[in-house]
Amino acid sequence: MTAQTALVDKAPQFKHARSVRDTASGTRRLKYLLVVLAFLLPSAIPLLLFVLGPMIAAAWVSLNQWNLLAPMKFVGIDNYVNLLKDPQTGAVFLHTIYYIAGYLPLVYVGGLVLALALNTALKGRSLLRGVYFLPVITSWIVVALVWRWLLSPSNGIVNTVLAWVGIHGPGWWTDPAWSMPSIILASSWKDLGFVMVILLAGLQAIPTDLYDAAKVDGASAWQRFVSVTLPLLSPSTFFVIVISLVNGFQVFDQIYAMTAGGPDGSSESVVAEIYDLTFRYGRAGDASALSWMLFIVILAVTLIQIRGQKRWVTYG
Amino acid sequence: MADATATVTRSTFRTAKPRKFRTPAARRRRIIAIVLHVVIIAGALAMFFPFLWTVITSITPGANLTNTPALIPANPSLGAYATLFSQLPFGQVVLNSLMLAAITTVVQLFTSSTAAYAFSRLPFRGQNVVFGIYLATMMIPLQVLIVPLFVELKTFALLDTYLGALLPTFASAFGIFLLRQAINQVPRELDEAATLDGAGHFRIFGQVILPNIRPALATLVVFAFMGSWNSFLWPLIVLRSPELQTLPIALAGLQGQYISQWDVIMAGSVVSILPMLALYVFAQKYIIQGVASSGIK
Repeated sequence: MTAQTALVDKAPQFKHARSVRDTASGTRRLKYLLVVLAFLLPSAIPLLLFVLGPMIAAAWVSLNQWNLLAPMKFVGIDNYVNLLKDPQTGAVFLHTIYYIAGYLPLVYVGGLVLALALNTALKGRSLLRGVYFLPVITSWIVVALVWRWLLSPSNGIVNTVLAWVGIHGPGWWTDPAWSMPSIILASSWKDLGFVMVILLAGLQAIPTDLYDAAKVDGASAWQRFVSVTLPLLSPSTFFVIVISLVNGFQVFDQIYAMTAGGPDGSSESVVAEIYDLTFRYGRAGDASALSWMLFIVILAVTLIQIRGQKRWVTYG
Repeated sequence: MADATATVTRSTFRTAKPRKFRTPAARRRRIIAIVLHVVIIAGALAMFFPFLWTVITSITPGANLTNTPALIPANPSLGAYATLFSQLPFGQVVLNSLMLAAITTVVQLFTSSTAAYAFSRLPFRGQNVVFGIYLATMMIPLQVLIVPLFVELKTFALLDTYLGALLPTFASAFGIFLLRQAINQVPRELDEAATLDGAGHFRIFGQVILPNIRPALATLVVFAFMGSWNSFLWPLIVLRSPELQTLPIALAGLQGQYISQWDVIMAGSVVSILPMLALYVFAQKYIIQGVASSGIK
């Protein structure tokens, strides 16, 4: 229990529930348990049936050789051993980490600046928020088409502008060295509005009287940002970072739509590899094994963040 | 927790220098405001451009890779939209998608808010482990769940039904996590005051917590709706009958069928973006209203 205490703050009601007289405590505890179940079951049942169940089934598939058509053949941990030996596994994990390392700082800092700017009394801020949210609601199929065009090596706008200032632009998504930066750029552009909306909701939840009090005490704008905004925004920041990492490790849509993993497999991510293994090569066992490896990595990264949150996340 | 932070910050502020030089400070603030406006508006234009390009392409007849549309089309036409709705059951497809997205959103609001309340306000043995398992459901790629899920729904005879498409979307760890973070920010003094008034958990949940997390609820509405509206892989596999088709599948079909007719593809994209945009504009009002009207003082 102590290992996970960082996850949830203990609520004051708990003390009441414990301190009740012995005679009544049995029925009280049962009643309390029923309340907990009433709040949890609506979500627990669908999650169990439609996510956890299939996850466990996938774990079983990962111990088999299966092309989706012929009956499964049990092979034990062979799929895992083969994947660990295969240099392609390391390569797809590296590509994925490269993506996250570029994407996360860009999208968080950009989203924070946007949220702060659009939380002030800026003229036309509702319209601007809507415009910044446009890419979030646009399908990757459209976004990929537009970005391939913007980043076209020969006549794309980006390289044209670079040529004006005397820079010979790179080959972007046609060049193995630049395919991942192209995807990072397009993804950050698309998800800025997502981070902005989450952080805006967090900013809106900060009681304004805290700012008034800080102003009365003579705090500068920067001091107010550091001592009021950042700590009170930390639950939202924590959420954005956890979600971005979980989603970042599963990056797929943009890669599928922009480069299909190429050129020369230079932008093949873990999930793109899982997809190819299942639907192109009919190797469902290997795909499931790779999925479980990815799952363990994401779980470990998330647990580390949850352990670390006590140090910097402030709840009200 | 909030009190502690406030005390710390206030004592920090007391040692801060009082503000001097009113006029230069005001001038500096004005300059910062102007620079901010310019940067934000330039960024907005960059954001808006691809959308504008999509709209322009959709009204440029015969647009394709070799015939890239001009910013001002020579012969603008709504022909692509006519093609969309006359040659395909596009109206039906849009209605199907709207219905599925609306149901998903309502159900997720219910399942996410109740679970989030349990994780934030109802301590129980093993709570952290259960929350960890909830979060873990986000961490496995959908691509690998598809095959077992398909087999499962086949045994329940739910293939090619809306229920089959909907069931896996009924609970979302993302939504639960989002709302839990929001509920954690609601001061516990509010619950305690309600408890003193004799309120139980159901009343605290409905009358204290929900009104105080309206910005997060509005955010969830947008993301739940969007998740369903744009979902592709699962509906593609479950919904076989043409009359059950959803928008993204119809759009993908368009891309195959009208591969060289970008105007039709982009017209489909515009149709797919507009309802989401309308929902966002609507929800944004609530995201902004938020706490100001809900009684946290």
